[in-house]
Amino acid sequence: MSTIDTLGRGNAFVRGRPLLSVVFLVGFALLVDLVHGMYTGRIPLENVTRLFWNGLLVGLILGLAGIGLSMTYSILNFANFSHGDLITVGAFSGWSVTYLLAGAGATEFGARVLIDANLNVTVLSDPFAVVVGLVLASALTILIALVVDRLVYRPMRDSSGISLLIASIGVALVLRHLVAFVYRAHTRGVTGGERVDILPVFEGAGNVSVNTATLMVVAVTLMIGVHLLVQRTKLGTAMRAMADNQDLALITGIPTERVVTWTWILGAGLTGAAGFLIVLERGTLDFNIGWGLLLLIFAAVILGGIGSIYGAIGGGLIIGLTQSLSTIWIPSDFATPAAFSLMILVLLFRPSGLFGGVSTA
Amino acid sequence: MSSPPGTDADSTGDGDGGSRSDSDADAASRSLLPETRWQRDVVLILATLLGIYALFALIGLALDFDTNGILNVLRELTLFAAVYAMLVLALNLHWGYTGLFNIGVAGFMAVGVYTMAILTASPDATAPGFGLPLWVGIVGGMAMAALVGLVAALPALRLRADYLAIVTLGLSEIIRLTFQSMQFSNALEDALGVATNGGSGMNFPGTRNVVQYAFYRGGDRTSEPTVLGDALFGLGESFDVLPLVVLGWGYNVVLAIGVVAFYVLLVRIANSPFGRVLKAIREDELVAASLGKNTDLFKIKVFMLGCALMGLAGILWQGQAGYTSPHEFRPELTFYVFIALIIGGAGSNTGSVLGGLVFGTLLFQGPLYVPRLVAEGLSVAGVELGPPPNTFYDAALALGSLDPLPMLAYATAGTNVSYLRFVLLGVVLILVVQRRPEGLLGHRIETAAAVDLSNRSRTTATDGGSSNSSSGSTATNADPGSMPTNADPGSTPTDDRRDSTATTDERDPGSTDGDPDE
Repeated sequence: MSTIDTLGRGNAFVRGRPLLSVVFLVGFALLVDLVHGMYTGRIPLENVTRLFWNGLLVGLILGLAGIGLSMTYSILNFANFSHGDLITVGAFSGWSVTYLLAGAGATEFGARVLIDANLNVTVLSDPFAVVVGLVLASALTILIALVVDRLVYRPMRDSSGISLLIASIGVALVLRHLVAFVYRAHTRGVTGGERVDILPVFEGAGNVSVNTATLMVVAVTLMIGVHLLVQRTKLGTAMRAMADNQDLALITGIPTERVVTWTWILGAGLTGAAGFLIVLERGTLDFNIGWGLLLLIFAAVILGGIGSIYGAIGGGLIIGLTQSLSTIWIPSDFATPAAFSLMILVLLFRPSGLFGGVSTA
Repeated sequence: MSSPPGTDADSTGDGDGGSRSDSDADAASRSLLPETRWQRDVVLILATLLGIYALFALIGLALDFDTNGILNVLRELTLFAAVYAMLVLALNLHWGYTGLFNIGVAGFMAVGVYTMAILTASPDATAPGFGLPLWVGIVGGMAMAALVGLVAALPALRLRADYLAIVTLGLSEIIRLTFQSMQFSNALEDALGVATNGGSGMNFPGTRNVVQYAFYRGGDRTSEPTVLGDALFGLGESFDVLPLVVLGWGYNVVLAIGVVAFYVLLVRIANSPFGRVLKAIREDELVAASLGKNTDLFKIKVFMLGCALMGLAGILWQGQAGYTSPHEFRPELTFYVFIALIIGGAGSNTGSVLGGLVFGTLLFQGPLYVPRLVAEGLSVAGVELGPPPNTFYDAALALGSLDPLPMLAYATAGTNVSYLRFVLLGVVLILVVQRRPEGLLGHRIETAAAVDLSNRSRTTATDGGSSNSSSGSTATNADPGSMPTNADPGSTPTDDRRDSTATTDERDPGSTDGDPDE
């Protein structure tokens, strides 16, 4: 009886949402092929673990960078296209500070402040400089975000989400090219290339550099911190209330303007930190770093459901893994298009996100 | 009901001088001024264009350019103005008319251009193509862009505006990354024998060949000029203008024809029943659907049409050089088109052209002349700018010690001025969205009815059934074929507001005053 019920429901599902069924079918076929390939040795296990590990790292970065976007999207109600450039601002400002501290006395001040000194910083060589850089990356990004909010978004608080979106495109252009104007356009090597063996991970994935390990630890810590803040504090409750229903929040006596400020502080702070950590892991820095990530971050946030912090993290991991693991089947040039395609599919079939669209949970 | 017609509507509208009051004196004065809004718009566009030409001619003179130099500057400006005008018009169809927030313009252009390139490129080229005639390439490019537009339109049916924005942006990036992929090019070569050459781009016989065929026998620049070419080159020679510059201006004529065609098409669509449904969807899709319109079908159609136009605009643009590469189609290009549209005023065709004109010339190309103007101005003032400092830090240090020249030199050196240009673009976009979201001309009241209601008397005449009264200056507006689907113009929402029924009918005899306008 229950089997028939299940079958009936499955049948109804396939009839009701044929396209979604096809998507599921393709995903399932790929999974079977992966398992079969690994079993027969067609797809070397080593490759899979390496790709899995890379995907996990990229996913963590996307997730961390996505939390800020997810918060501003749900509470301020617009897709912030300047989010990527807040990452850039965080990366540049934080690394300026780190270079100022790390190379003190060694090289010229100007070369250090513009991150041109080639110091090869690692967490082990200059722990103090890295920590201060991380903190100030957050602080300076918050400052910029608040200034931008005051100048651009606050005068149009009542405008539609699309007007704000368009304004944020303007903000993105301004921020990115101011950074380019000050720091010039070249790509610079920032961190040391040496890999310090601290964690033998899977076979074939090699070892993790201490910089990467730092990224992972800090990212997870920040995520837990945001979770506690949003779940346990009064501010978190107010933010969730605003994400849910702005008017209702207002008449309940929530000081919405103050919550907006705090949203920017939290969102931009995380974004700045993410920018700094991304550079720590990647080792290189140029003014397009955030813009290049923006669409992937959007993909992550949408996948997880806008407004959900766990969703952003989960979405980031899925996007990172998709981008990485898709190269098992398709040419590497199409890794990023595959991730974008996944985003489009999710928007089409499950616009509330894969995890059910719980706002700022 | 009895409110004085015309006054409120027209004062907020385009200021249709004549219908502000109904006196006969006004009708007389009207005949001296450009008569319809349409004619005034053309005058406005041409005046703006001439003003911009004059400005840049002065800049050229200030920089000691010779005739060829100045004409070349103006040629390049015209190219950008025309290309952006076409792109903005195409986007206006999506965003201005229908409210579809498509930020994948660059991707649809890329599809059009690359399809055209693959179809027409010579089979012996580095990136071989099918070697088909030019017109096949153009039609094929537009058709393919429309087809991809169809794919993109399906999400447009069910998504919120901000989601649609992200989907179209994602699609445009997928398209760009695909054309950038050498693996894609190789696969294409294996399968079909044609290639795109990945990131290094491909050559193809661009639409400039049209001009070359018109000016040279056999379309080869080394061969004899045709009669037309001979005459124009001779004319140029008498003013010391090089044949190459003449040829460039010849292509501008092609572009200008393109702009006019886009404009006329858009105006016709705007005033057709199809266009009215589009605007209804923009204002309130539920209402449009409730009135029995299949809004999904309309959205799909308009998406495909707009994308085909974007493809054509891309073909005409890249066809000027006969070379294209994926780097031309970054998402920033889409944002430029949006900035131009928002400056001009979403929903207004004349505004779109003006926006494209102003953006392409003053905002996009203009800042690039600033460094030379600054250097020229300083040298006239007897100040030596000196070599630019290497870094912003050095320039800032000098600024700190109250010497602004190094910072000025840094700001005007190399690519730095283009960064500042993008900052300027961003600031302009923010200011327009904040202060004047309707743009230059977006505030105008649109004619939702088949005929120009600012010319009220004509409405009633057409209402009376004699649809052949639509002639002359309002011919583009009054499409007789538009009447059947909308049997009672009074039922369209805008009509209800603007048609003050009884009073208008009483002044019906005035229609005879209105007609001799022509």
